[in-house]
Amino acid sequence: MTIPSSSKGSGPKILVFSTNNISDPGIDLAGSSHMDYPTSVQVIALPCSSGINPRWVLHALEAGFDGVFIAADGTDCAYLPDCTDRTASIVQKAQDLLKEHGLDPRRLKMAAICSVCSESFVSHMEKFHKALSELKT
Amino acid sequence: MTDMTERKLGVYICHCGGNISDYVNVEKVVDAVKGEPDVVTVKTNIFTCSDAAQQDMISEIQEKKLDGIVIASCSPKLHLNTFRAMAERAGLNPYQYTQVNIREQCSWAHTHSKDAATDKAIKLVRAGIARTGLSIPLSRLRVDTTPAALVIGAGVAGLRAALALSDMGISVHIVELAEQPGGMVGKWGEMFPNGKKGSEIIDSLVKKVRQRENINLFANAKIIEKSGNVGKFSVKLLVNGTDTISLIVGGIIVATGFDPYAPLSGEFGFGLYGVITLPEYEELLAQSAGSLKYNGRDIDTVTYMYCVGSREHFKEDNPHAYCSRYCCTAGVHAALRTAELRPEAHQFHLFRDMRTYGKYEVLYDEALEKGSVFLRYEESEPPEVTLEDGSLKVRVKDRLTGGEEIEIATDLVVLVTGMVPRANPELVNVLKLPVGKDGFFNEIHPKLKPVETVIDGLFISGAAQGPKTLAESVASSMAASSKVGALLLKGYIDLEPLVAKVDPDLCVWCGACEQACPYGAVQRINCDGKEIAGINPVLCKGEGACVPVCPKQAIDVEGYTNKQIESMIEALAREAA
Repeated sequence: MTIPSSSKGSGPKILVFSTNNISDPGIDLAGSSHMDYPTSVQVIALPCSSGINPRWVLHALEAGFDGVFIAADGTDCAYLPDCTDRTASIVQKAQDLLKEHGLDPRRLKMAAICSVCSESFVSHMEKFHKALSELKT
Repeated sequence: MTDMTERKLGVYICHCGGNISDYVNVEKVVDAVKGEPDVVTVKTNIFTCSDAAQQDMISEIQEKKLDGIVIASCSPKLHLNTFRAMAERAGLNPYQYTQVNIREQCSWAHTHSKDAATDKAIKLVRAGIARTGLSIPLSRLRVDTTPAALVIGAGVAGLRAALALSDMGISVHIVELAEQPGGMVGKWGEMFPNGKKGSEIIDSLVKKVRQRENINLFANAKIIEKSGNVGKFSVKLLVNGTDTISLIVGGIIVATGFDPYAPLSGEFGFGLYGVITLPEYEELLAQSAGSLKYNGRDIDTVTYMYCVGSREHFKEDNPHAYCSRYCCTAGVHAALRTAELRPEAHQFHLFRDMRTYGKYEVLYDEALEKGSVFLRYEESEPPEVTLEDGSLKVRVKDRLTGGEEIEIATDLVVLVTGMVPRANPELVNVLKLPVGKDGFFNEIHPKLKPVETVIDGLFISGAAQGPKTLAESVASSMAASSKVGALLLKGYIDLEPLVAKVDPDLCVWCGACEQACPYGAVQRINCDGKEIAGINPVLCKGEGACVPVCPKQAIDVEGYTNKQIESMIEALAREAA
């Protein structure tokens, strides 16, 4: 894979919401393993994906991000057995909010990323980066 | 409020030897963040975690009277607590410190593009500054603890935990659902590794428990109510179906054990005469002496069927996908006792994979020496068990002989059944116990917090956590009792203050947060004549489930407030240069 070093930071800007105990360690592992993903990906770590305020997603897109990715706890969540359902309903609410503001709901994506899911995270980032590039044109 | 007043923030960027500075232009980051609002100092360190660097930062915090610091270095998983402790030593509130991860999530991930990695680091540090600028001092919540514990389940794990706690001077209440203590182990005969009878192990434990003045054992009892929180739980027991007993305990250990898997009718011939489960065979062995008979007839051939109710990837309904771990060794151990009782018996073991792990490999060797025959079957081609003219037959395709079809005429088929979670919805509901995908109770982390649950003060142990051997079960109960000891012997505990808070001006009490909270931390309260949501900071876990459901945006989690997250988003979205 050859991506010119100068252009890697360009392209769609992605904000990732990760979780302190589950997905953030998975994202750390991607870095520890020197797995490259676009530098335009930036992460804010939170306690749990079921605590994400849908307004933050809207705020990110309005502030200049091209996409928001929720790296959810999934079934590994230690706080809530129904974390996946709760996070899914936040995604639904946030997408409705995006539509109300004339934004494409496909700019929000969610997937469960476990604490060792580095490969899955990188592959999600590459796919989302590509999908957002195509949305732009 | 705090965001209106001037702040004095210090920012420290770490080289991490070269782990960061080889891929991120650290000096450029310094220049880019120098002019950020409220920042009064920006420095770099070769190793920020070194004692010398920490001492320099402490001096600067004190000299310049900093009221917030940002350290951009490795992942917070490594050094968040290191630097919180340093902040405390410097007299700075530890919750006004932010760690920014520019190693795992920047330099190490983007080793091929220094310019882009530097730009990203600048944005990440700015977001950390924005968050810290909005931080407020928080104090940990100190809660007094009661030196008493509740142990649920009087099997081997629960009894051992109770004795260990009693040794530490903690009074213990054991609650057992059955009429008699002892659990599964109490019903068993000789067990590996040392050949002691399960019933004897239990008898000696129960005897000790009854002698202890600081242990109460309630049999035929269950827990029906729990309130309060870590250090001081109020629990109510129902004893003998009529009496209620109220107790105050500081910690709770759940040791409710497992159920043996109950095969479905027809599964490997289950239901046919002579097809029994391993626990039934264990009872038969325990009752036999000098000979081995099934319903009065000598047993000449025993066939063991392994992985029954384990590793069921093929079943559609309610599969038990996990391996039950103990059963290989238990089956082989049963064969050794069979050989002792009736040396002339033929024994066949039909397995998918055989793991008598650890030191129990010697049992497998011994079984081979005593004449046991091992045949390996494929998951997709399970052996067939039939009863023809009163005699049991097993047909198996043996992979070890290249798929040869073998027919065994046998007196007994022993289904070596796995362990399944014991259904106990009432207990799960009363204690709000976290249940995993496999149905067993879930610890926070199998290696780092192996007996802790997300509910502070509530611990799990033994086979209630997942299949375990007797030795493993006791090891886990020892772990849980030492955790309870560490929790209660100090007399108090300090809890994290990163919990939810309600803005009384915005809240109109709709109850949505109360519905969303799984911990019962939200209650309707009266605040200056207005009904609003009140948060019990001791019960709140700070996961923030109440935040997205609030229609008035009236709830924040400390450290992750709406304002903080929005300011971080803005900082990250800004161009670096």
